[in-house]
Amino acid sequence: MAATIYDSEITKSDKYSILLPTYNERENLPIIIWLIMKYLDNSGYDFEVIIIDDGSPDGTLDVAKQLQNIYGSSKILLRPREKKLGLGTAYVHGMKHATGNFIIIMDSDLSHHPKFIPQFIELQQEQDYDLVSGTRYKDGGGVYGWDFKRKLISRGANFITQLLLRPGASDLTGSFRLYKKDVLQKLIDSCVSKGYVFQMEMIIRARQFEFTIGEVPITFVDRVYGESKLGGSEIVQFAKALLYLFATT
Amino acid sequence: MTKLLEWVSVLSAMFAVWYSLIGGYVKHPLIEKNINLILISPLIFIALFGLYAVTVVLYRVFTFNNCEEAAKELQNEIAEARKDLLDKGLKF
Repeated sequence: MAATIYDSEITKSDKYSILLPTYNERENLPIIIWLIMKYLDNSGYDFEVIIIDDGSPDGTLDVAKQLQNIYGSSKILLRPREKKLGLGTAYVHGMKHATGNFIIIMDSDLSHHPKFIPQFIELQQEQDYDLVSGTRYKDGGGVYGWDFKRKLISRGANFITQLLLRPGASDLTGSFRLYKKDVLQKLIDSCVSKGYVFQMEMIIRARQFEFTIGEVPITFVDRVYGESKLGGSEIVQFAKALLYLFATT
Repeated sequence: MTKLLEWVSVLSAMFAVWYSLIGGYVKHPLIEKNINLILISPLIFIALFGLYAVTVVLYRVFTFNNCEEAAKELQNEIAEARKDLLDKGLKF
């Protein structure tokens, strides 16, 4: 009994900083914030959302300001940057201003649903994982809006990656994850990739440092507004990153 | 040890075993009887593994969960969110 009370006191001091990098997400940002509030506001977890807008020409920052007025500046923090500078540096920038001891990163295009965040937190607490990753590839997870070709590329790439790298995590290119703050800092410091393969390198480095990884199946609903892209250059980037990690880790 | 080195060491160990069998370094009637099979065994392994890979990948493609429910739920929540945010004074 005493242990339970002690545990809950520890839990109370935990704070979760959600980093939301945005670029032209005027349509999606209000919805994602509303969903975060819906699923976290009554959960009892202490949290903040840090919006890192990279000078979107569509006025994302203006919508973000309105949302800050509605939900309060203790819950919504704006840390905009002048121009598009890339995902990795967006996390570094956001983390500098984060007051939580846990960092949650997710996409702001509604493909990552905030309803999974409480599941991430619970799983992290159960096993004291260093990071918890959402996965589309495990039972209960999945994707919406992908045709045969897209699924084939995704499954094929995943198979080859698992074979060559044995990463101990099933979804390497997903970017819906919860990290202990110092763990994320260490991973970012050691990563060299840019672009979306950055996510893959992060989890491979995590294995290298022997961080513990938990997984939560997530449903991934591909871009509701705007277009999702997977072209030749993404595949080349992926192959390069795969070979680089194969030869160096 | 990097993954590349792991692969290189396992593959060279397998190659050494195979080479000692076909090169006549190990003598055994069973080996002589099956020498043709042993000769082409690497190709058989590769073909079987390829078959396994294609089967697994295709199986996973066809059983990839489509999340129709999640998409529907999200659409409903988007409508609800827009309405609620408009009430709270947000200008989209």
